[in-house]
Amino acid sequence: MTSILDSLVKSFSSFNLDIAVILPIVTIIGGTVIFLIMAVNALVAVYFERKISAFMQDRLGPMEVGIFGFKGGKKFWGGIGQTLADAIKLLVKEDILPNNADKFLMILAPFIIFTGAFLTFIGVPFAQNIVISDFNIGIFYIFAMSSIGVIGVILAGWSSNNKWSLYGSMRAAAQIISYEIPIGLSLLLVVLVTGSLHLGDIVQWQADHRWFIFHSPFTFLAFFIFYISTIAETNRTPFDIPEAESELVAGWMTEYSGFRWALFFLSEYANMLIVSIVASIVFLGGWLSPLQIFNIFPDSWLILDGPAMGLFWILFKAVILIFIMMWIRWTFPRLRVDQLMYLCWKIFIPFALVNLLFVSLWELIF
Amino acid sequence: MEEQAIDKSVLETGEMILNMGPQHPSTHGVLRLKIHTDGEIVSKIEPVIGYLHRCFEKHCEKLSYEQIVPFVDRCDYLASMHMDHAFAITVEKLLDIEIPERVEYIRVIIAELQRIASHLVALGTFGLDVGAITPFTWAIRDRERVLDLFEALCGARLLYNYIWPGGVSHDLPPKFVERTLEFLDYFDPQMDEFNNLLSNNKIFIERTADVGVLPAEVGINFGVTGPSLRGSGVNFDLRKNEPYSIYDKLDFDVPLGKGTMGTIGDTWDRYYVRVLEMRESAKIIRQACAQLPDGDVHEAIPKKIRPAVGEVYGRYESARGDVGFYIISNGKNIPLRVKMRSPAFSNLAVLSEIAEGWMISDVIAILGSLDIVLGEIDR
Repeated sequence: MTSILDSLVKSFSSFNLDIAVILPIVTIIGGTVIFLIMAVNALVAVYFERKISAFMQDRLGPMEVGIFGFKGGKKFWGGIGQTLADAIKLLVKEDILPNNADKFLMILAPFIIFTGAFLTFIGVPFAQNIVISDFNIGIFYIFAMSSIGVIGVILAGWSSNNKWSLYGSMRAAAQIISYEIPIGLSLLLVVLVTGSLHLGDIVQWQADHRWFIFHSPFTFLAFFIFYISTIAETNRTPFDIPEAESELVAGWMTEYSGFRWALFFLSEYANMLIVSIVASIVFLGGWLSPLQIFNIFPDSWLILDGPAMGLFWILFKAVILIFIMMWIRWTFPRLRVDQLMYLCWKIFIPFALVNLLFVSLWELIF
Repeated sequence: MEEQAIDKSVLETGEMILNMGPQHPSTHGVLRLKIHTDGEIVSKIEPVIGYLHRCFEKHCEKLSYEQIVPFVDRCDYLASMHMDHAFAITVEKLLDIEIPERVEYIRVIIAELQRIASHLVALGTFGLDVGAITPFTWAIRDRERVLDLFEALCGARLLYNYIWPGGVSHDLPPKFVERTLEFLDYFDPQMDEFNNLLSNNKIFIERTADVGVLPAEVGINFGVTGPSLRGSGVNFDLRKNEPYSIYDKLDFDVPLGKGTMGTIGDTWDRYYVRVLEMRESAKIIRQACAQLPDGDVHEAIPKKIRPAVGEVYGRYESARGDVGFYIISNGKNIPLRVKMRSPAFSNLAVLSEIAEGWMISDVIAILGSLDIVLGEIDR
């Protein structure tokens, strides 16, 4: 598997440039690509979410802002420019820092959270060869980097000098750290079976055998433990207790506004995309076509398969998972903080551990 | 105090006082709760009220009886018709006048429609309090239909000034009864859907069952009335116990909390009593619409309200409980004193009793299940 960084370095080498010149250029290009992915993802996902929630609630959602902002365009565009307008609004908003806040930490916190999401994207493949940098410990890297954000959450809550923020960040810290364990155990099970931490190898294993979710009853269960835990990891309803707008006003984001709040928002939606892509790669066959599992289609259908369609299939699976997340968010009430912990420590972790044991036995027997 | 502070070890922990409100998403208005917290656990709650005080009772000493009616509207702004009705029957008691049959039926139809509208807001916002957003929009969508009916009736959507002492301001508009029955036919399946979405949701039950149990004796001692008390299994409904208007001619049940999901009197029971009450209201409206007599709705309205010297106390079962008006007349067209018994005020008083020891999230849920309206508490 070649990565984007590798191919860029290779193509720049043909200009006979020094490696010390090539590397910064390549890094900046890679970073820009990631930032574009995050920004576009947030724009699309926010519009998607607003429309889905509106249709679930007998509303129309954003309808006024067309892509060029003029009124005549509204009927056709259906408010598609709304998120763009919101983004511009957030960027030009007054920059507010409370008097008694710890200003340095308060400014630092959004960037730490953003960095966590940003760095994770380096290792996330979008198709067979579309990955910024190809790690042979990819799954481990993604798991590690996605945990950085919680430091930013704690800093944001503490530095705001607001009791609601403090409550929010303490809840967030407890929740995110707890739910990393079932996620880690579920991923460990995949690593155990495939014998590799490399995401490309994991997909290759699924191409050779079958999709991981269908591999055994235990991996089927593991997918649901993984998926529900990632909803908790991304702080979405029914696990949105760190934000809990009806209890904690806005949780750890209470004192933030404008650009810094936009960074939180960007990271939140980026995390949603990351966990959905990881779930599709690890459990749902990644860039493999779902038509493969049936094997009943004539050969002419294979045009829907192969490397060219990889990007489509992986985004297709990720979008379905994101849609289910939104569906759940706009249907369920919120859990209480002790129920959340109960669910994690007394249900998910024991099940994930037992799962791990049985999968090992399964591998030993079959 | 300062000496103590010096002696305290750095590692000593204490309670944190959390100031919830007056500007908070879930205090249902401008209520302020001073919450003493130990981590997530709430050890003491002090409700602070008065942010919406409008000197209602003092104003009443300067206004004629007719002019008080719009003020009464603004007390419980989610159930204005009930306030109008309560004030009207109290003044009628003071004047000792007979009301035409048709007026009584119209009043009951309107009052029960208002009960449905008010309970829909209560249930929807309770859903918001526990984190479910979609049920709220569904409830508001259905309430909108009731408000449309009221708009056709008197032109106003929130503060109606419709039920006057002696009658109502307008007769029913054409096709009102048909539109009401049409709404009821639409509404019943919507309630089933609402139950599927929220009432029977596993997470919702986990959040509300066995939480904030209000024992019957505590409720009675604190003067809790209305659905909040009936959730504890106390069969007390003024429409049955002290029937006013034509309620004694109508057939309906008083839903009580049975502890279906947990203990009797828990938050889920208080919530579910309201769901059942809406069905009973629909039943009452269907009966009243079927029996609606003809007549003139304005014939009993006095030209000038000038009661004899005396005092009167009228009670009324509003959407929040037992509303009372105590009026002293000195023979003029302006009352000497009007005192209002606010059900939401008494219901709020019990909050610190039943919510202490629970978590912050539960306090929000318990407060939501008591269904307070600050306009009525502060007056």
